[in-house]
Amino acid sequence: MLLSEIVKILSCYVFACDNRLDIDIKFGCASDLMSDVLAFSQPDAVLLTGLVNSQTIHTAYISEIRAIVFVRGKKPTEDIVQLAESKSIPLLCTNYSMYEACGLLYKAGLESTMEFVPPNSSKKSFNSSF
Amino acid sequence: MNEFFSQTYEIKGKDFQNAGKVSTGIKTLLKQLGIKPEIIRKVAIACYEAEMNIVMYAKTGTMKLDIDTKKIKITVLDQGPGIQDIDLAMKEGYSTATPEMREMGFGAGMGLPNIKKNSDEFKIESSIGEGTKLEITIFIN
Repeated sequence: MLLSEIVKILSCYVFACDNRLDIDIKFGCASDLMSDVLAFSQPDAVLLTGLVNSQTIHTAYISEIRAIVFVRGKKPTEDIVQLAESKSIPLLCTNYSMYEACGLLYKAGLESTMEFVPPNSSKKSFNSSF
Repeated sequence: MNEFFSQTYEIKGKDFQNAGKVSTGIKTLLKQLGIKPEIIRKVAIACYEAEMNIVMYAKTGTMKLDIDTKKIKITVLDQGPGIQDIDLAMKEGYSTATPEMREMGFGAGMGLPNIKKNSDEFKIESSIGEGTKLEITIFIN
C-alpha cells in the first residue's frame, strides 16, 4: 500500500517528508512501547503510535520503519520534525484513535508486522507465559 | 584479525536528550560502508538496545565497534549497578525500569533478550556495583 493511500484513509496531516508519500508500505505496526517495535517489527512497516519523542524517530530509523503516524491528534514538536526530516522518515498525524486507525488500515488490506500465533500452537508466542 | 575499522564511542548515563545518537550514527556508517541491509538492521538494533541500557541504568559507558571482512563485533562496557541475576535479566518481560524509562517507550524487559536475538554470538558478564560487559558478534556473510 502506498503511503499516500494511508494519508487518505486516516485523513492525515503530513508534518515531515511530504515528498516521500509514494513509498510502498508492506506492514502495519502499532505500539507505544519502542522495546516491542525493536523486538517484533519487520522492515517496511508504518508505525502507529501515541508516543511523540525523539526515541520514536530513532527506533523507526534503527528498525527500518518507513513512516510514523501519530494517533489521537498528537502533534510532533519542531525538533522532532527536524530529526525525522534528517532521517527521511515521513511523519503523519491522524485524529483517529489507535484502535480506529489500526482497524481502518487492516480493513483496507494492510497486513500486521507481527505474525499471528494461534492459541495451543507449538510455536512460541509473544505471551507464551500465559 | 584483518581489521579495517575500529571506533570507540562514549555514552553518558541519564543523557536522554542524546540517547540513540551513537547507534543511529553507527547505522549510517554501516550503510556508507555498503554492508547488507539485513546485517545493518541486526547490528543497529543490538547497538540501540545496548545504548539505551547504558543511558537508563549506568553512570557512563563505551561502545566499541570493530569491523573486519567477516564480522562486526560490538563491545559494550558500562560503569553501572551491574546485574544481580543475569538469567532473570535475559528473560523476556523481566524489567527493573523506572516510570521515566517507560515514558520514553522502554523498559518492557525486551532489551537484553533482543540483543541476544540479533547476535550470532553473545557474551555477558556483570559485577554488582561495578558494571556490565557485553560482547556482541554479528557475521557479515
